[in-house]
Amino acid sequence: MAKVPKPSELELQHVLPKTDWMDTPAVFRPGNFSYPGKAKNLKVLGLANPREWSPMDEDWKLPADWKNIILEGLRERLDKYRTLKVFMDICVRCGACADKCHYYLGSGDPKNMPVLRAELLRSVYRKEFTLAGKIMGKMVGARDLTEDVIKEWFMYFFQCTECRRCSLFCPYGIDTAEFTIIGRELLNLIGCNIDWIAGPAANCYQTGNHLGIQPHAFKDMIDFFVDEIEAVNGIRVEPTFNRKGAEFLFVTPSGDVFADPGTYTLMGYLMLFHEIGLDYTWSTYASEGGNFGFFTSHEMMKRLNSKMYAEAKRLGVKSIIGGECGHMWRVINQYMDTVNGPADFMEVPKSPITGTRFDNAASTKMIHIVEFTADLIKNGKLKLDASRNDNLVMTYHDSCNTARGMGFFDEPRYVLNNVCNNFYEMPPNTIREQTFCCGSGSGLNNDEFMEMRMRGGLPRANAVRHVHEKFGVNALSCICAIDRAALPTLMNYWVPDVTVYGLHELVGNALVMEGETERTTDLRGEPLPGMEDNENEDI
Amino acid sequence: MKIYDGKYILVGLLVFGVLATFPIWFDHGKVVAPANPSLNTPVIDAMMSKHCILPKAQMITEHMKLLNVWRTEVVRYGKRVYVAPSGKKYEMSLETECFRCHSNKAQFCDRCHNFAGLDKATDPYCFSCHVVPSEKKPGAGKVAMVHKESK
Amino acid sequence: MGIKFSLAAVVGLILAAFIGVSGGGLSHFFGVTMPYLAILLFLGGVVYRVLKWGRAPVPFRIPTTGGQEKSLPWIKHAKFDNPSTKGQTVVRMALEVFLFRSLFRNTKFELEKGHRLFYQWEKWLWLAGLVFHYCFLVILLRHLRFFTEPVPGFVQGIERLDGLLQVGLPGIYITDGLFMLAVTYLIIRRLIIPQVRYISLPQDYFPLFLLFAIGTTGILTRYFFKVDLIKVKTMVMGLISFHPVVPAGIGAIFFVHFFLVCTLFAYFPFSKLMHAGGIFMSPTRNLPNDNRIRRHVNPWNYPVKVHSYAEYEDHFREKMVEVGLPVDKELEPAPKATADS
Ligand code: HEM
Ligand code: SF4
Ligand code: SF4
Repeated sequence: MAKVPKPSELELQHVLPKTDWMDTPAVFRPGNFSYPGKAKNLKVLGLANPREWSPMDEDWKLPADWKNIILEGLRERLDKYRTLKVFMDICVRCGACADKCHYYLGSGDPKNMPVLRAELLRSVYRKEFTLAGKIMGKMVGARDLTEDVIKEWFMYFFQCTECRRCSLFCPYGIDTAEFTIIGRELLNLIGCNIDWIAGPAANCYQTGNHLGIQPHAFKDMIDFFVDEIEAVNGIRVEPTFNRKGAEFLFVTPSGDVFADPGTYTLMGYLMLFHEIGLDYTWSTYASEGGNFGFFTSHEMMKRLNSKMYAEAKRLGVKSIIGGECGHMWRVINQYMDTVNGPADFMEVPKSPITGTRFDNAASTKMIHIVEFTADLIKNGKLKLDASRNDNLVMTYHDSCNTARGMGFFDEPRYVLNNVCNNFYEMPPNTIREQTFCCGSGSGLNNDEFMEMRMRGGLPRANAVRHVHEKFGVNALSCICAIDRAALPTLMNYWVPDVTVYGLHELVGNALVMEGETERTTDLRGEPLPGMEDNENEDI
Repeated sequence: MKIYDGKYILVGLLVFGVLATFPIWFDHGKVVAPANPSLNTPVIDAMMSKHCILPKAQMITEHMKLLNVWRTEVVRYGKRVYVAPSGKKYEMSLETECFRCHSNKAQFCDRCHNFAGLDKATDPYCFSCHVVPSEKKPGAGKVAMVHKESK
Repeated sequence: MGIKFSLAAVVGLILAAFIGVSGGGLSHFFGVTMPYLAILLFLGGVVYRVLKWGRAPVPFRIPTTGGQEKSLPWIKHAKFDNPSTKGQTVVRMALEVFLFRSLFRNTKFELEKGHRLFYQWEKWLWLAGLVFHYCFLVILLRHLRFFTEPVPGFVQGIERLDGLLQVGLPGIYITDGLFMLAVTYLIIRRLIIPQVRYISLPQDYFPLFLLFAIGTTGILTRYFFKVDLIKVKTMVMGLISFHPVVPAGIGAIFFVHFFLVCTLFAYFPFSKLMHAGGIFMSPTRNLPNDNRIRRHVNPWNYPVKVHSYAEYEDHFREKMVEVGLPVDKELEPAPKATADS
């Protein structure tokens, strides 16, 4: 694995190569690419050209007619996606998007400017699908499709987190994430993908979740958190699994079952549902909210996501609640009903506690846990002691997907403001719809890609550092499982004194549960503010 | 060939088509006679050799510039006499010099100005100060001329 | 290379018209053939391009959301940055088209020592873009005085406003000056901002040079090498009424201007200038963010291979039963057990 340079050693300059971008080849070096998909995972998913290979190899072992496959694939997609077709033609190369991409800001590599990322594909389109390109070639920015172009695509379509920040600033809404999504689809047709995506997707397909947690283990793990909660406040919560006839199905990313600090967020969910007495069930089959299929192809997204509605139907629930996750909610908000719906076997979600009907989910029948909780708080149904989070000086990271694929801003802030007392926003250019990516989204949160992740995460970390220095912020909250996995590493690298929290972990801390014993620690087992001394006495 | 969202697209294209062809349907194909300024005034009719201050082609395209220069000369520098390239001298005055021959503003100036789409009230704005020769009695010789702004 | 090529192309166009008319007697070609060709290419091209885009469906509803979504009733909805109805979406589009809403967000980054990033105020592109487009529009409308008889009042109204300064004769227009300034700015920024220069292609310089040349020749025609407007209008009206005539004696400078404009219109549909139509077709802007409320249908949605619950349970049944997870099909009791042991 690549050695990651220390922050002080990390070179960052935004200088342009002497050569034209078309004449500047992509150079793979440890730290700037992700390992290719393993043959066994590709086979599980039925993907093309399973083989052992490395991007550092000269020969990528592409299928004999790879060129034809790509061009036919592109033709098909031009006919299927108006986004692609229109965006191919209308970019004026004004450069407004150029410095909006965190990977450009953090790497200085001009091909990470969204406009050039799109041109990587657009140049081939010009050559093959436009008359001017066929005749005038390079004079109109057209170029041949060669193996080097494929390598370049692989490099830069897997250096884009599909965060859509570029799209927000583009005068025509050109969404470079669409180029990345479709570019990755094309690469998948000839077997060029990364294992950090193919692996979880294969697991999810077979076992029900990205981490490949089998049903009995899934139950065991959650039971473990039941014990943990009991240790904190003496309350024994009683989750159920695969239970028919429950009112709600709850689906969340499996990362929260598996690794800190997501696990604390999961404990928060368990406590909340217990406290309000919600009739809900977990599913071991639909045990994944996230969707690494989305980072493979539209088809794979659909294949993986089908489990949610299928399971809801099998169990006969009335509606679904989804946990905190970014790309999961992009898929649920913008794709699920279209690809897996209609969800006409369920009812418009209604909170059994407050009676609020969620008409904004009238068709998908799926609500976000945060809007559910916000509604509970608004209606005064929760007893909250925000002072339990008083040791935290909080800021909040909007994840790209819920920001620019949904517009989910004030719900989490409302909850946050009710469960903690010290909240400071990062600068306006870095939050809400203008939020910066964690640098690890869209399946790029693997270890071998660490240097690029730390580079891509710089704009986010930079903003956290700003409030850290100005207001003494020491805690960064978020509503995304990939954030919970990626931001701790990022903070450790750039702003070491800041800890990462999921929103419902903070809810779990603040929630005053009926019959609970006096808490001395938070969900992490750290002393609560004012309890530091008790802790010492105990020892 | 299926067009998706065809309804919206066709309406959009229709609006575009209508706007883009505005001049064609606005004029509905009628052939417009070119402006035909009249040179028949008693003074001109009486001229032996018909000539203006400058050659005709130049007068057509540059009369406004000439008038502008005249105005500057008169108002700023108090000069009143213009010597044409032909050597002839003219008084630099719209009212006494130009209108002496072209006493028919409506049939002369306005024809072209209208045809070129100039806004009568303000373009040219000469006439917001200068009085137009009375056209009721063509050939009646001297016409009332008043410099409103003379100080 | 792209710069020289585009510049040469525009200079070539100018020379072609100039020499063709003043030396080659091609005034019929430049006065009649070209404009008819250009307008045909323009109208036909735009329709063709838009229909071509229209042939691709919008499988997914993926607006880029630029503000708070419609949520619980007590949460303030950013109606026009994140519309949830058609009406709100129309407003969003209008803001994009008339005010360049998205471009207005623009910032410029700065990197300082210690990996510190800052984002600066940067509205110049927005401003120059807006000024350029509105001036272009006003100039286009003003030109209607050569295309209509009688000239409609709104054209004269625009003209009156535009000539408000009343400087010189013929009076100068405010939009002429602003147009040239804005185009010059757009050219200069393309040349001197390193990133923008790096991404620029010949087809990015060409329209700017062309517009600059159109503006320049227009101004020259109006103020310096004056031409007989009556003849010009006679020619234009002839074109419009489909009785083309080319009166003798119109200066070559006019034909240069006219030819460049014809080129712009003919070139328009086959170039990035189609962004004007494209923005209306952009699925990240022209759709409401209402997917959870109303189902969006993908016309080519097809069935895919899924891993069904039944297959899943078959795979894991024993383990599930062991930890007490409910199953749809009970374990087959005895025979399996004996086979295993
Ligand atoms: C409707 C919304 C529109 C938006 C948001 C928009 C935006 C822009 C922007 C940002 C540029 C600057 C490109 C640069 O940096 O060079 C530009 C250039 C240009 N636009 Fe538009 N535009 C719109 C509509 C139109 C329309 C309706 C027309 C023409 C009829 C038009 C014609 C042009 C031309 C000729 C250029 C300059 C050429 C160039 O820069 O390559 N645009 N537009
Ligand atoms: S902002 Fe849009 S139009 Fe401008 S360069 Fe980027 S993608 Fe192209
Ligand atoms: S989607 Fe995000 S990561 Fe990808 S090009 Fe745009 S800004 Fe960069």
